[in-house]
Amino acid sequence: MTTIYLDHAATTPVHPDVVAAMVPYFQEHFGNPSSIHGFGRKVRLAIEDARETVARALGTEPSRIVFTSGGTEADNLALFGPAFAHRGAGKTHLVTTEIEHHAVLETCQHLERLGFSVTYLPVDRTGRVNPDDVARAIRPETVLVSVMYGNNEVGTIQPVAEIGRICRERGVYFHTDAVQAFGVEPIDVATLPVDLLTISAHKIGGPKGVGALYVRRDVVMFPHLFGGAQERKRRAGTENVPGIIGFAKAVEIAMAERAARRERYLGFRRLMLSVWEARGIDYVLNGHPEAFLPHVLNVSFPGVDTETLLMNLDLAGIAASSGSACTSGSLERSHVLKAMGLPPEVVGSAVRFSFGPANTEENVREAAERVAEIVQRLRRRK
Amino acid sequence: MTKKVVVAMSGGVDSSVTAALMKQAGYEVIGITMRLYQPDDPLEQANYTGGCCSLDDVYDARRVCEQLGIPHYAVNFKHEFNEKVIAYFEREYKRGRTPNPCIACNIYMKYDLLLQKALDLGADYLATGHYAIREYDEARGRYVLKKGVDPRKDQSYVLSHMTQEQLKHTLFPLGRYRKDQVRQMAKEFGLRVYSKPDSQEICFIPNNDYRSFILKRSKDEIREGYIYDTKGNIVGKHKGIPFYTIGQRRGLGLNLGRPVFVVDIIPERNAIVVGGPEDVLGTELVADSVNWIAIPELTEPIRVEAKIRSQAEPAPCTVTPLEDGRVHVRFDEPQRAITPGQTIAFYDGDLVVGGAIIDKRILPQAENPAEPAVPATP
Repeated sequence: MTTIYLDHAATTPVHPDVVAAMVPYFQEHFGNPSSIHGFGRKVRLAIEDARETVARALGTEPSRIVFTSGGTEADNLALFGPAFAHRGAGKTHLVTTEIEHHAVLETCQHLERLGFSVTYLPVDRTGRVNPDDVARAIRPETVLVSVMYGNNEVGTIQPVAEIGRICRERGVYFHTDAVQAFGVEPIDVATLPVDLLTISAHKIGGPKGVGALYVRRDVVMFPHLFGGAQERKRRAGTENVPGIIGFAKAVEIAMAERAARRERYLGFRRLMLSVWEARGIDYVLNGHPEAFLPHVLNVSFPGVDTETLLMNLDLAGIAASSGSACTSGSLERSHVLKAMGLPPEVVGSAVRFSFGPANTEENVREAAERVAEIVQRLRRRK
Repeated sequence: MTKKVVVAMSGGVDSSVTAALMKQAGYEVIGITMRLYQPDDPLEQANYTGGCCSLDDVYDARRVCEQLGIPHYAVNFKHEFNEKVIAYFEREYKRGRTPNPCIACNIYMKYDLLLQKALDLGADYLATGHYAIREYDEARGRYVLKKGVDPRKDQSYVLSHMTQEQLKHTLFPLGRYRKDQVRQMAKEFGLRVYSKPDSQEICFIPNNDYRSFILKRSKDEIREGYIYDTKGNIVGKHKGIPFYTIGQRRGLGLNLGRPVFVVDIIPERNAIVVGGPEDVLGTELVADSVNWIAIPELTEPIRVEAKIRSQAEPAPCTVTPLEDGRVHVRFDEPQRAITPGQTIAFYDGDLVVGGAIIDKRILPQAENPAEPAVPATP
C-alpha cells in the first residue's frame, strides 16, 4: 500500500537542493561565524547572504531579519520583546485572537501571569477577525496587537493589511505569524503595515529548528536570549549555520515556484471535493469561502469522530491531521474550530488535509477515495 | 482473513508482552495508549510520571510498538476520564463510600470507549494485559471469565463487571502465565520495559494520598464533624466524611485506651462511628449494579464464594436475588470491613459467576447505634 502524505501544514520533507546546500556547512565550512579567522569569515558571509535572500523574499533589508530556532521562538520574541521593553512606560496590554497558534496564545497566557493583560478577540464562523474589534480593543496602555496571517488549522486568511493600518494609526505594534502563509501568499513588508512577522523554514521545504522574525526598523524590543552579539544582539547564541543556509535555499525555491504551487494546490482541493461529491459523501467545508490558504483543506464529516478517522486514515496509508497535536500525538479539541462557534458535531469530526509540492493528482485522488471509503464504513457502523 | 486486534498499551511490561504475544500468534496488531489524566498545574505537568498515562509511558509503549513493527496511537480520553472516573471517585468519598477508580476506568474507559475505538478501527478484539482467562463455554452458551493462573496477580475481580458483549470482543493473553514468566518473555522478546516496576498507585493521586487530592478539589464542601462510639457517645472530632474508610484504624486522632476502627460512616448526619475489632465484622450486605457472567440471571439463591475487596480472600456465602434487581449476600463467617462502594465478585472455584457493587452492610442490630444525641455539626 502506498502512503500518501497530506500533512504539509505540520511539516514538509526537506528539498534535495536544500540538503545539498546545507551539507558543506557541517564539516567543510564548520567555522563559527563570529570568529576572526578565515574559517569564521567564510561562514559569516554565507549567513549574511542567506539573510539577504530571506529579506528580499519579504521585501525588506537584511538587517531586519532575526534568525531564530523556529516559528515558536520568533513568536515568543515578537511578544516578549516589545512587551518587556515598554512595560516601564505603562504599556501592559496586548491584543490577540482566540485562533492564534499556541506559540502566541501560550506566550500571552504567560504574560498574563507576569502582570500583563491580554484581550483575546473572537472570530466569525469563517474564522475571520473583525478589524473593528481590533480598533475597539486597543487602549492607551496597549503595546502590541498579534493576529496571524493565515490560520494553520482552517487556512482562513486574516485582513492583516487593514488591521495593520489600524495599529499604525493608533501607534501600537502589529505582529503577524505568517508561518503558514509564507511560501504560498505574496508577502511584502514594504507595503504591508506590519512591524513584526514570523516565518519558519520547515513548512516550506527547509530544515526543522530554524525560523526568522522580521523586525521593522523602529521597533524597540528586548532580546530574550542573552550572551552574545549575534543577530545584532537581538538573539544571542551561535547561529544554526546549516539550518540558516538551508532555510535560505528553501526560500529561494519556494519564491520561484510560489505561483505554480498555488494553482496546483487549488486544483488538489477541487479534486478532493469533487471525489466526495461524486460518491455522495456529506461533508462540511471549514474556513473562509474565498480568503483561504491554498494548501490547507479543512473538512468535517459529521457523525465521524476526528481521532477515529485519523487513525483509520493512517492505517490506510494516509497522513492527515486535525490541526495542532500535542507531544504524545493524542488530540486536543481544536480551539480554532471552537472559537469559530461551529456546532459540536462539526468540531468533533474535522480533519485537515494539507498539500505540498510532492503531491500529484493521482495520489490526491487516491487519498480522497480512501477517505470516502472509511467515512462510509464508519457511518455505517453507527 | 487475518484477525485484527487492538492492544491497550500502558507502556508497562504486561501490556507490552500482550502486544508481542498477539503479534506472534499472527494477529494484525494495533497498539493504543489512553491519555487519561494530566495535572492542571503546568509546574506539576512537567514532573508527572505517575500511573499509567504519563508521557514517558506513552513513549515506552510507542517504542515497543516500533520494535514489534505495529502502528501505535495515543488517544485522548482526559475529558471522559475526568467525568466518569475522577468525578465518581470524589462523589463516592463525599457520600461516605470507598470507590474503586480502577474498576470505573475498566468499565467506562477500557471496555467502553477504547473497545468502541477498536471496533471503529475494524478490529475484532481488544486485548489487555489483565491476568484473567476469558473463554467461550459451549455448554452455557456464554463467554466466561476465570481467575488468572498466577494467584498473586489474578485480576478477575476487577473484571467482574464485564458484559457478554464486552467479553465477546476481549482477549486476555496473559491469563495463563505467571508474572515471572511474563517478565521472562519480555526479556526474550527483547522488550526494554521488561524490568519496569508494576504500577501500584492510582494514576491521578500523587503519592497515594487521596485525602490531599480530595481536599484540594472540594475544600468548600468538606465539613468537620463528630466521631461517635457504637453507643452513640461523642468520642472525638473528624476532619470530614471523605477522609475515612470502613475498617480504618490509623489517623483517627483518638485515644480511647483500646484499638478502635471506623465501623460506619453516616454522611446524612456527618458522623463517623468507631468500634472495636468485633464491630468491624459483618455477615450480611446488599449489593447493586449486579452483573452476571457465568449465568444469564439469578432467579433463586445460590451458594458461591465472594470477594469483597481486591485483596480479600473469597469467602463462602449465599446470594439471594431481591425484587428490585439488587442482591442480598449472607456470608457463612463474619467478614472484616464490608465497605460500601467496593466491588463484590462472586466465584465458583476459578469461575467468575458475576460481580456487583456493595451498597450497604446490614448491621446485626435493628436500630442504628449511632443516633447522635446532640446536633451533628460542631
